[in-house]
Amino acid sequence: MHGSAFLLELGGVILLLAVLARVAQRFGFSPIPLYLLAGLAFGQGGIVPLVTADRFIAAGAEIGLILLLFSLGLEYSARELVDAVRTSSRVGAMDLLLNSTPGFVAGVVLGWGVVPAIFLGGVTYISSSGVIARTLDDLGWMGNRETPLILAVLVIEDLVMAGFLPFATVLLVGGSAGRVVVSIVLAALVVVTILTVAARYGPAISRAVFSDSDEALLFGILAVLLLTAGATEALNVSAAVGAFLAGIVFSGPAADRARSLLVPLRSVFAGTFFLFFGFEVDPGTIPAAFPAALVLAIVGVATKVGTGWIAARRAGIGRRGRVRAGVALIARGEFSIVIAGIAVAGGAEPDLGPLAACYVLLLAVCGPLLARIADRPAPRSASPRS
Amino acid sequence: MAVVTEIPLPGIGVRYEFVTLDGDRMAVVHHRSGVRELVLFERDDPDTSHDLVRLGTEDSRTLAELLGVSQVAKELSELEQHVEGLASTGCRSRRRARSTGERSATHRRERGPGCRSWPCSAATRPTRLPAPGSPCAGATRSSSWGRPAGSRSWPSCSVRPERCTARRSCSSSAG
Repeated sequence: MHGSAFLLELGGVILLLAVLARVAQRFGFSPIPLYLLAGLAFGQGGIVPLVTADRFIAAGAEIGLILLLFSLGLEYSARELVDAVRTSSRVGAMDLLLNSTPGFVAGVVLGWGVVPAIFLGGVTYISSSGVIARTLDDLGWMGNRETPLILAVLVIEDLVMAGFLPFATVLLVGGSAGRVVVSIVLAALVVVTILTVAARYGPAISRAVFSDSDEALLFGILAVLLLTAGATEALNVSAAVGAFLAGIVFSGPAADRARSLLVPLRSVFAGTFFLFFGFEVDPGTIPAAFPAALVLAIVGVATKVGTGWIAARRAGIGRRGRVRAGVALIARGEFSIVIAGIAVAGGAEPDLGPLAACYVLLLAVCGPLLARIADRPAPRSASPRS
Repeated sequence: MAVVTEIPLPGIGVRYEFVTLDGDRMAVVHHRSGVRELVLFERDDPDTSHDLVRLGTEDSRTLAELLGVSQVAKELSELEQHVEGLASTGCRSRRRARSTGERSATHRRERGPGCRSWPCSAATRPTRLPAPGSPCAGATRSSSWGRPAGSRSWPSCSVRPERCTARRSCSSSAG
């Protein structure tokens, strides 16, 4: 460490995050795009590049990625995952097909090769459960008829991501066809093993880790989390997947407490993660990436609205609900950055970083905005009775 | 008690819905955080809902208290003293309701088109309290949503009673 210079630099960065979080809170939108912009401004080629704090921020970003995925896993119980797959797998398949194709095609058209194109497909596919859950809550849509459908789509997307990441990471590492096949089989084995452990021993592990002391519980959970993430990373399955699966293992009171204990920790490190992603992108490459990102964003809005519309129509929901289901799904955010981050860290395609950053900047802002505009209360004939 | 549908909201919590005696559809959203939302749907448009109120854990307790949670147990024991065997047998014996041949909403909540009251033959001869095994007893055993309006009408509904007194007293005793 570098003493005062390090502390001052880190303090400055955190002060910036504090201001941005406050601004986002004030105007009621996701802070993710702001963190990305700040990262662009202070990273390589930015206005004030960091000198001493960057290594600390890089480590923080890694932990942020793990915590993001872990708290995603914590949100869901194994039962909810099974239920969502059972009821909405067809909608999920349509969502995957409609929304990953534009990214994949764009990657191929841009001449990136197949593997980066697959990652770009992942970036355009996955909606942001964080931004969307918040929008639903802010707009008072939790009681709506289409909301369970929206949430089921999100659950399936997150599950698909858990399957996609190890697969794509293996492709990223590359090697001979035989090696790739072995790696994929290994990755599938790891995922299935952890899911089986979660289903069978989840409650027992949760009881063992649970403690009335916040401190003991937090350390216990972090230990399980980091060890799982590290072990999966060692097996080339991506720490993010290990973290997601570790989240599913926990249930009951341990999960409830862990959720509330981890929120501040996750916010800090996830903020660092988005900032770091911005750091890694050279602002000079943004103008070149913007047109493609804009086209992809417009297509991305259309395909998500289409997905929501069709899914809601199949469920027998009326026109208004269909529009809401569509616009709610538009927002992309943290997981698009997660996917792009893994690709960039693996050295996939340098242009993927700026393109993903622009794409998320556009859609993390437009998603909630469009949702607000789309459901302006129509002039009502009758007021609610009480 | 009316039929309550439980709808899981993965990652958020659970939503419970029911239709009130007046025909309004209502929902309570249970957030995992402990927050509760009360939602009311437009009567003719199930896609339009109004958030009535958002309650913290304390508020929910207060509201439940005001709605008379503690009152129900007391009333129930009083009723049982007055009418022997009412609550315990009356609201449970679906089989008896069937065996008496009465038309009842045995285990399905159904209302005919335009009929705002319950399919309850006892309504045609209002009594203060339902006899054991009355259709009202069956209604409390409901387990699913009714079929779409207009699919079938109930003979008893043609009488269009303003309100099914038997049903009401049954529900208050079943609490």
